[in-house]
Amino acid sequence: MSSNAFDVIVIGGGIVGAACAAECAAEKLSVAIVEARMIGGGATAAGMGHVVVMDDSEAQFALTRYSQDLWNELRDELPRDIEHDACGTIWVAVDDEEMEEVFRKQRFYSERGVAVEVLDGQALAEAEPNLRPGLVGGLRVPGDSVIYPPCAAQFFVARARARGARLFVGSAVETLTREGVRLRNGTSLSAGVVVNAAGSWSPELTPGVSVKKRKGHLVITDRYPNFLRHQLVELGYLKSAHSVTADSVAFNIQPRTTGQLLIGSSRQFEVDDSRVDVSIVTRMLARAIEYLPRLATLSALRTWTGFRAATPDKLPLIGPATVAESSSGPERPFAAGHEQLYLATGHEGLGITTSTGTAKLLVDQILNRTSAIPIPPYLPSRMAPETTARA
Amino acid sequence: MVAAAVLQAGVNAFRRSVTGELRGPLCGMGICFECRVSVNGVAHVRSCQTLCEHGMEVRTDE
Repeated sequence: MSSNAFDVIVIGGGIVGAACAAECAAEKLSVAIVEARMIGGGATAAGMGHVVVMDDSEAQFALTRYSQDLWNELRDELPRDIEHDACGTIWVAVDDEEMEEVFRKQRFYSERGVAVEVLDGQALAEAEPNLRPGLVGGLRVPGDSVIYPPCAAQFFVARARARGARLFVGSAVETLTREGVRLRNGTSLSAGVVVNAAGSWSPELTPGVSVKKRKGHLVITDRYPNFLRHQLVELGYLKSAHSVTADSVAFNIQPRTTGQLLIGSSRQFEVDDSRVDVSIVTRMLARAIEYLPRLATLSALRTWTGFRAATPDKLPLIGPATVAESSSGPERPFAAGHEQLYLATGHEGLGITTSTGTAKLLVDQILNRTSAIPIPPYLPSRMAPETTARA
Repeated sequence: MVAAAVLQAGVNAFRRSVTGELRGPLCGMGICFECRVSVNGVAHVRSCQTLCEHGMEVRTDE
């Protein structure tokens, strides 16, 4: 065996790839991490960094809940630079229709053992005095937290390396080979298992993966300690999601441990240009100021964009890479000749939360173990029948 | 401008940096952000870009 032979090659040093590498190394597998640019420098650095339980679907709930529990187990080991803040989330309701959604969410979470608290208008105003008067109420989810994701990715990589993983940074994967991968700088690495954790770049390496770029904008302010206590999210996205326009904005804001405020969010499909779109930022800030009028008096320091790796059903792809032929042919591996290609991608806006659970589910499959939660909703093979049906 | 009024009052320590160093106006034209003060309770206001008003409460060294 050459020194470039491993049990597992993880492509992508974002938080998902980093967590997968750490988990593989913890299972005493020999691991290579290949990162084209810098650890935690893609969507991991561009995103907000919430560790939240979500309820769009049972599968989304199961994975976010499981992942949040795993984050909580890590809590005492997290370095200070990860800025873990157990601030909790408040879902904000502006009218009675949204308050109905608060009660629906309360039932959903309570039935599944997640602590939540319904706030009326007065309790909401006391919890967050900078919210505008007249809001109807909200749902507080005290178990949610916020972290600084690039440092979390570095933390996972450091754990992997402490357990013997090797890091290859600065040269992208040129192609998947029969033995493993070949990098653009000519280095060849071999492994029994290759994990494509390249986020929104994953289809470039594995054509046919159901991942599309979904652009987002964020704004961060100067330091205003105590302006906010919780992460706030509007419930109104439920209504705006029905609009036909491709571009949408929704109010989401986080207090950071520095005292800064991180303001989102926007979603755009079919946009490849990474430049800041002032019209989107303007809409996003206007939306935030509707909720927090005093935001208008504060200074923003920086505005940037990033690309989420979005799948059609809003669930990640975790498991062996398979896809249907363009006709209704038999399934085959994505990379011809490569038997052991796995995907860990398509986490959209929840990759920070679900990185920990993804790593567990991936390793369980590599080692042929039973997982703590049912894995079928996340298997890439779920996409195949849909493709076939349309053919 | 607020910056001029603060300097005229004999104060040249406008704020403290994140690491605790004293800071004051440098560029005087709104670019360097070193002259920030709190105005009427709002932090991080550039004093060199803000006109004085009667009754304005300006806090330095925060």
